[in-house]
Amino acid sequence: MRARVFVTLKPSVFDPQGRTIADALHSLGYGGVADVRQGKYFELDLATSERAQAQKLAAEVADKVLANPVIESYRIEVD
Amino acid sequence: MRFGIVVFPGSNCDEDAHHAARQVFGQDAEYIWHKDTELKGADVVILPGGFAHGDYLRTGAMARFSPIMSAVRSFADRGGPVLGICNGFQILLEAGLLPGAMLRNTGLKYRCEHVHVRVEQTGTPFTCAARAGQVLRIPIGHGEGNYFASPETLQALEANRQVILRYTDAQGRVDEASNPNGSVNSIASICNEARNVVGMMPHPERACEALLGGIDGRVIFESIIESFSRSAESLALQGAGARRAGLSGDRM
Repeated sequence: MRARVFVTLKPSVFDPQGRTIADALHSLGYGGVADVRQGKYFELDLATSERAQAQKLAAEVADKVLANPVIESYRIEVD
Repeated sequence: MRFGIVVFPGSNCDEDAHHAARQVFGQDAEYIWHKDTELKGADVVILPGGFAHGDYLRTGAMARFSPIMSAVRSFADRGGPVLGICNGFQILLEAGLLPGAMLRNTGLKYRCEHVHVRVEQTGTPFTCAARAGQVLRIPIGHGEGNYFASPETLQALEANRQVILRYTDAQGRVDEASNPNGSVNSIASICNEARNVVGMMPHPERACEALLGGIDGRVIFESIIESFSRSAESLALQGAGARRAGLSGDRM
């Protein structure tokens, strides 16, 4: 199975890169883009065909390595 | 005393730290490769600046998996002094030896310049030769030195007096203009609860010779040496005490 892990800064953490991108978009006239948060995206190729197991494994590596729980949170999609 | 300087693939301030320890202060210094598993009898361990493992994923994130880090962790747990400078500080955070995390500098620029920092605490092996409130002019060089901790962690750090250096102006006043990276509470350096593990973004090893633009970093190395000789003395006293106790026991 494949797991997709999306890591972003927690809402309470200021994202200077996202802010700069938002400012750039505003200067291009995209006033409709209220805010931007930048993050990281991982694709995990997993040696299991069980959804629950894939979800569990992806969450475990996200907790341990892919995300830093002090500043980041993550979301997982499995298919 | 012996300095142990850990070298990760991508470290680039290891030679500066080695040079300061050996050439400027006349101490023994050994490089320790990240794949080593022991600290070669080091009395103090320095995790130097650079870009360990290319700073892949997050700054310092991969270095915590280097084999040497379990030895560094046990050394720290036994009370051994550990100093992380710049990338070394980021590694200590990722390894969980210090609380908090680093974010991109708020200005998004890599800042490479001299800054002023104020010594907040002198009760560590790395600041014991300094005066509280002393202002040091030391260079920084980083893109991710924006220290962050949750409000609860921050409150605990301040309450336990674990903030060791703060960015200030030349007079020692904290203000926004003197904060080069957006660090919360202008934090430039913190220690752990036991006070033997310190991380700092400024580079004292680059400020030990007038030829290189300043000598304010010397006090950090002087502290290390002073703290080591104090602990060696106290060990010797304990040893002498134990021998005397042993002698009187024999006579009885």
